[in-house]
Amino acid sequence: MHDLAKDKPVEKSLNPFSTKDFALKRRDGFIRTLLRLATYFILACAGFIFADIIIKGAPVVFESSFPFVNTKFFTESPETLVVFDTADGESHQLDFSDYSQFKRDNPDMKIIEEHTHSYSGGGILGPLVGTALLTLICIVVALFIGLTTSIYLNEYSSKGRFMDMVRLAIMNLAGVPSIVYGLFGLGLFCLVAPVIVDAPNDRALFSFPILPGKYLSFEGWGTCMMAGGFTLAVMILPVIIAACEESLKAIPMGFREASLALGATKWQTISKAVLPYAFPGMLTASILGITRVAGETAPIMFTAALAHKDVLPWEGANSLGGFFSQSVQAMPYHIYTVAARIPQSEYTKPMQYGSVFVFMILVMCFAALSIWMRIHYRKKVKW
Amino acid sequence: MSTVMSEQEKETQIPEGTQSSSSSSENQEASNVVIEVDDVNFAYVKGKDVLRNISMEVNRGEVTAFIGPSGCGKSTLLRCFNRMNDLIPTAAITNGEIRILGTDIYDPNVDVIELRKHVGMVFQKYNPFPKSIYENVAYGLRIQGVAKKSVLDDTVEESLRLAGLWEEVKDRLDASGLGLSGGQQQRLCIARTIAVKPKIILMDEPCSALDPISTTTVEELITQLKDDFTIVIVTHNMQQATRVSDRTAFFYLGNLIEMDETTKIFNNPSKKETEDYISGRFG
Ligand SMILES: Nc1ncnc2c1ncn2[C@@H]1O[C@H](COP(=O)(O)OP(=O)(O)O)[C@@H](O)[C@H]1O
Ligand SMILES: [Mg+2]
Repeated sequence: MHDLAKDKPVEKSLNPFSTKDFALKRRDGFIRTLLRLATYFILACAGFIFADIIIKGAPVVFESSFPFVNTKFFTESPETLVVFDTADGESHQLDFSDYSQFKRDNPDMKIIEEHTHSYSGGGILGPLVGTALLTLICIVVALFIGLTTSIYLNEYSSKGRFMDMVRLAIMNLAGVPSIVYGLFGLGLFCLVAPVIVDAPNDRALFSFPILPGKYLSFEGWGTCMMAGGFTLAVMILPVIIAACEESLKAIPMGFREASLALGATKWQTISKAVLPYAFPGMLTASILGITRVAGETAPIMFTAALAHKDVLPWEGANSLGGFFSQSVQAMPYHIYTVAARIPQSEYTKPMQYGSVFVFMILVMCFAALSIWMRIHYRKKVKW
Repeated sequence: MSTVMSEQEKETQIPEGTQSSSSSSENQEASNVVIEVDDVNFAYVKGKDVLRNISMEVNRGEVTAFIGPSGCGKSTLLRCFNRMNDLIPTAAITNGEIRILGTDIYDPNVDVIELRKHVGMVFQKYNPFPKSIYENVAYGLRIQGVAKKSVLDDTVEESLRLAGLWEEVKDRLDASGLGLSGGQQQRLCIARTIAVKPKIILMDEPCSALDPISTTTVEELITQLKDDFTIVIVTHNMQQATRVSDRTAFFYLGNLIEMDETTKIFNNPSKKETEDYISGRFG
């Protein structure tokens, strides 16, 4: 056998590695193409969305001359846009307040062909401020509850069936549709949450006196940013709790043992040898949570958001309680309003695309910040 | 400097020792026994004893070594002495009593926090906090509410000197403890334990994560420390036991086979299992 192989010179045409099974090879190529196309499809979708928003939205926000940014878009709240022709043949496009001024200044000017487009004039200051406040309340509440819950679950509770069930219940909350949270928030925070009042409202579930002349009344907070912030907080709690627990689990048992062995109490150990090192991870995860809550419409639709509001939050309240009891405009709800609740026309487009553009950039910044923090802290962690 | 320190230590130690024995029971001072283990059984899970009928005594100012094959219960017994096993919910002593400085440490009147201030522990895997060298050593005092800079400074220096680390780190006390070499980190952990001024230091295989040179430094440190502290050390390295310890206890499958002078155990053991183990026939 061996000799035979040695004797014969190797012939080029007798390539031992030539393809034997062409069908197999074709199928391999086909699958490869299919996978590649699916990936490109996603790229195309994302590319199209971003390009469309940037091409149509950027011109609304940026200008070709100093200060290069459309400041009005960020310093005014949405207003009705009035489009009209005057008798001298000129065409005008003014926000409602400017339009009233124009009429006062030119009382004799005859106005013909007047059209109004609601929410299409002014800027997006109100919704931006509202979203910032809602997100802030949400993060404070969610971090507090999330932190305490995760500390209890991870550090204090004994392992067992009951605690597994608690965890499962918390994780299941992540699967609840956001509109359900919206309705839950309406039912709980807007309609029955407790408030301290001088005289309980008739529709209060129940109430009892706590101080002379003061009642604790379960009559709800009404539609306000507190209700919205709490609703959003409940919605992201599962994410926050899971992230906080993850961060706590990442801290080596050795730190806890060393601290306890030095005569520290449980709480001293947690607060001095665990939390300081778990905190960056918790914060990072929470910022990722912000990007999610900032974009949610359904939970705030019934609980906090208004399409139109004349005053900014700090103009409409004279006490801290009053401040948080106001309803607010919010970016996602504003976008929903201008995109779906008003008649569409050429004149509504700048507001639509401008809002979406700004909002998208904002959310992307938060996402980028969260990614940066994650990388930054991972580098610093050495244990 | 370290000898000066140890003189002070001895002076402060004796009155405190008298105090604790008079407040608890009997005349412990005379017997010189700091830890008494009296017929102890221990189980992590109910019904499965991992220690059986252990009785032993640990003398003041000595280094006592626990040897035996892996899984025989050395760490378990060690962690009973500072009640570290309390962290495991189902774990409990099922029989007998452990008395430290004359007091049953599983008595309901014993505050585990106070116990751990008297019985410090150094772990197998060196575990400094991700804090500065200074803060690592000061940790035990800070949690006791000591905030005075001068007290902290003095204790940190004393402890680092005793741990033989002062000369190496005195210029970078603010640097992270995690930046030190493995052997230095373990000595930092020892300094951190010393800073609380315990009577007893428990060490669970303190050199098993270290290279041979660091091991030598830590072993030298241990022999020096016995002037000031009573030390119980778990080791699976028999040479180490001969080098550092005065007395050795040999454990096998949850039983204490024999306990005696280290030279006696290694030259002339009275039990067959001990002889088999030290001659390397198993384990
Ligand atoms: N946390 C624990 N839960 C249950 N069993 C344990 C636990 N820790 C140790 N054990 C068991 O107890 C026995 C003694 O372990 P250990 O004291 O760690 O042995 P050694 O330190 O001598 O190697 C072993 O059989 C081990 O499996
Ligand atoms: Mg062990």
